[in-house]
Amino acid sequence: MADTANISDASAARITRVEELAYELVISQVMTKNLITLNPNDSMLSALDKFRENRISGAPVVDGDQLAGILSTEDMIRCLRDGRIDRKVQDYMTSNVITVRETDQVVEALKIFQKLRVGRLPVVNKEGKLSGLLTKGDISDGLLVALQKDYEAEEVIRYRASHLFEDINSDRTSLILRYNVKKDDFSHGGAASNNIKKALMRLGATPQIARQCGIAAYEAEMNLIIHTLHGGVLKVEVETYKITMEAYDDGPGIEDIDKAMQPGFSTASEEVRSKGFGAGMGLVNIRSCVNEMSLISSKNRGTNLFMVMHLPRNTHEGKAEPK
Amino acid sequence: MNMLELAKQLDLQALTISDDLKSQQITTAYQSDLLSCVMSGGGEKSLWITLINNVNIVAVAKLLDIPVIIITENAVPEESTLERARSEGISIFLTPKGNYQIAGELWASGIKS
Repeated sequence: MADTANISDASAARITRVEELAYELVISQVMTKNLITLNPNDSMLSALDKFRENRISGAPVVDGDQLAGILSTEDMIRCLRDGRIDRKVQDYMTSNVITVRETDQVVEALKIFQKLRVGRLPVVNKEGKLSGLLTKGDISDGLLVALQKDYEAEEVIRYRASHLFEDINSDRTSLILRYNVKKDDFSHGGAASNNIKKALMRLGATPQIARQCGIAAYEAEMNLIIHTLHGGVLKVEVETYKITMEAYDDGPGIEDIDKAMQPGFSTASEEVRSKGFGAGMGLVNIRSCVNEMSLISSKNRGTNLFMVMHLPRNTHEGKAEPK
Repeated sequence: MNMLELAKQLDLQALTISDDLKSQQITTAYQSDLLSCVMSGGGEKSLWITLINNVNIVAVAKLLDIPVIIITENAVPEESTLERARSEGISIFLTPKGNYQIAGELWASGIKS
């Protein structure tokens, strides 16, 4: 009987970026610092005026530098219902106030908001003095600002990468990536091509083009791992309107290139085939993924495989026509 | 179809679970034990059924944006393969059934392309 119960365990471990931020941000980063406070001896009428003037729905009550309580709209309504607007703040305030420390993580405040039905939490500093006020709105504002910063940082990186070629003046600008691929290194098979795909996406290639180049690079990479004497090099040259990939090695070379190009032809060993390779479709796949492919090889020399992908003029996002 | 529901229906054992599995919708599947065939035939966002259990399946899935692999005939992969799958965000399920049977069951569940 198969067990699917562990699905929920793993999902429970899942943490979103927002949740992460709730742990990263501390309360002093999101709280309101310009406080409007009341004195216990203020009249409820003056408190009502303060609420109206400042458009707030609650305020901490401070006696000297000590937090004495908190007065909310609900307390105000209670007072109005009693018809006792002439009474003092200390008669209607809530005095057993739960506070949070300004150095606590935002998530601690979230827990309290979730457990107790309070609208705001006074924030105290190390000395226990009131330093701010925190509402759920402050938290969501703070999280939104932090998310926005994250997003902007990511955007800047993306923008810089995809505009790499624009600010550099030369007759021909290109970026070259090189990957050394070891013979028989099956456990890292695909690492180079996945990196190539990622790099192309970063540079602004469409997902489709990055994928096709990735597939071609993968087949070339596996050929270096499976068929060479000492491994080889996978080299990618990125230009504004063209991606050229080359896989080269120093042997043993291909005896019959025409045969090697035939679908289903493979010289892979039984052991390699048992790993899922050796379908004889590698070069066929490459040819269908890139615009141009050529193979130069001779027995006992090496092999050079060239793959060229032409980029449509709008591949680089935001890239204008050449000046 | 939702992948979690599919896993329950087909009685699959989850070996690795990606963050977004809950919301993963599967509409197409592909079966092959030859990596190059998957390279040309496996579509993105599809499910891949295979008997291969070595680490290379993760690289292929990652390259093709295949989010889910079902390994058949209880061919339990090595921990290093699962480790790689976790870091690349690929979900791997295991079943004692064979390629043919699991493909048939997927078809019966409505995955018909």
